[in-house]
Amino acid sequence: MMVVPLFVAIPLGLAFLIPLVSKFWRRAGDLVANLGTGAVLCLALYSIPLISGRPIVYSMGGWRPPLGIVLVLDGLSLLVLVCVSVVSFACSIYSISYMAKFTSKWKFYTLFMLMVTGLNGVVLTGDIFNMYVFFEIAAIASYALVAFGTEHEELEAAFKYMVLGSVASVAILFSIALLYAKLGTLNLADLSIRMGEAGDLRILAFTGALLLTGFSVKAALIPFHSWLPDAHPSAPAPISAMLSGVFIKVLGLYAISRIFFNVFGMKPVYSNLLIFFGVISIVVAGLLALRQSDVKRLLAYSSISQIGYIALGLGTGSPLGILGALFHILSHSTGKALLFLTSGSLVYSAGTRDLNKMGGLQERMPVTAASFTAGALSIAGVPPFHGFFSKLLIIMGLWQSGRYALAALAIVMSVLTLSYMLKVEKGAFFGKIREELKGVKESPATMLISMILLAALCLGIGICFPWVVKLLIEPARDVLLRGLEYSHTVFGT
Amino acid sequence: MSVYTACIVLIAIGLYCIVVKRNLVKIIIGFAILEYAVNLFLAVVGYRKLGLAPIVIDKSQPVPFSVDPLPQALVLTAIVIGLGVMALMIAIAYRLYEKYGTFDVAQIRRLRG
Repeated sequence: MMVVPLFVAIPLGLAFLIPLVSKFWRRAGDLVANLGTGAVLCLALYSIPLISGRPIVYSMGGWRPPLGIVLVLDGLSLLVLVCVSVVSFACSIYSISYMAKFTSKWKFYTLFMLMVTGLNGVVLTGDIFNMYVFFEIAAIASYALVAFGTEHEELEAAFKYMVLGSVASVAILFSIALLYAKLGTLNLADLSIRMGEAGDLRILAFTGALLLTGFSVKAALIPFHSWLPDAHPSAPAPISAMLSGVFIKVLGLYAISRIFFNVFGMKPVYSNLLIFFGVISIVVAGLLALRQSDVKRLLAYSSISQIGYIALGLGTGSPLGILGALFHILSHSTGKALLFLTSGSLVYSAGTRDLNKMGGLQERMPVTAASFTAGALSIAGVPPFHGFFSKLLIIMGLWQSGRYALAALAIVMSVLTLSYMLKVEKGAFFGKIREELKGVKESPATMLISMILLAALCLGIGICFPWVVKLLIEPARDVLLRGLEYSHTVFGT
Repeated sequence: MSVYTACIVLIAIGLYCIVVKRNLVKIIIGFAILEYAVNLFLAVVGYRKLGLAPIVIDKSQPVPFSVDPLPQALVLTAIVIGLGVMALMIAIAYRLYEKYGTFDVAQIRRLRG
């Protein structure tokens, strides 16, 4: 019971502790931020056995729902929390060396912890306006973090990201106002009950469309993606990893699945839209990724494509498809975070992001090369890495729900994934080393540790996948499959 | 009803500004209009003509004809969030001006698509 608010309280408190302590000891940020993300990770792992059976509902300030704000820790929240805390822990270890070249590292850590606060809050809250507030905490921190380098590209990307992201937030706020005007409540569980009583109203369909638009912008599903290929490569590597790894999933796909499965009820129109966005994201972003010569830009397009897979899986509505989508949230968050961290390691050591200017770095940077390979094979879906199983489940779900053409398309596009990953391998690591790169050294130990950690997870989750599915993914899937019964679990009836 | 229409018109103006204008400052102004329009809408949702402030004096009786206080609390929060976003936008626009010497979006274009 008491662990739930700590997920928000720890990073929020530490975010404001870091600037205070840094006044006296310059490197305090390293210690405090790593301890904080480590503690959140331990808490997330500790609460896995706690929620077996029924979710934990925490009423803030003792106000019972639907009047007060509740935090709800159920299977779905826990799965996403574990993803967030694993990736944020790896990123904070990585930042120790990587961010050393920037001045005022403590500002980075403060914003980083605020971002973690926002993400954890979105995942836990059971109140739609509270969700909006946490959305904005995470989003504003991320805008500032994308602009952290304050060079031409960073500022430009941050501005673009900020305008699009804020318009999406305004759309979400507007739909919250409409929901409150019509139904008179903000609690998610209460909303779902009253929505059932109100029936099919046109205003609710409009609200649903607004919410779906807002969340799709945050998830960067094509055609709402235009900010992502600029913002994700411009950010510092650990932030790229956070943004691509967990940000678009929490703010986009988690919110979509929570609101549309548990509150609105998954109507065919929403699932068809998700499938539609999913398919064009997979195809268009996959083809665009193939054309990029900038490593981070290629990975950013790849993120859009993989997000498409998750949307596709959620859209099928079949148990296997949803299971695959949720598993893909886990596998893509660790895999893509790993890839962005390795690309950061390339930038750190070789000093360039351009694939045409690299080559043969395998012998100079063996650990980076090996962990990149692990991540690339995982995202491309090669067994025994975890990406294989998640994609397999999504494709089986598509097959099960009778969408044979889409299943075939998903298989073909995963070959495309492999081909653009191989392009990076070939450009950066294989072949003969260039003359000007002869002096390149492997990155510092802390960066390697976090990459090895994530690479081990890519392999480990793949090998132990039946247990991971049973422990983490199936409770999450049950939350989505039970749909509107969410309100009963929150009110305890 | 006319107030709701006004909100929608303001939202449309704000979106128009953001989409069409080529000047960073005008885009920010457009965003401000958009955001205030939504805030206004939220405030109007809870408003009631000739309604009283919902302050309970006699505990046994609810206030007879009160306005809904919750949207006002929400608007307050939304305004504060909007302030944060706006401040950051202006800061970034200013930094961009320092780098490029212009607010024109057409000339600030290093990134493709």
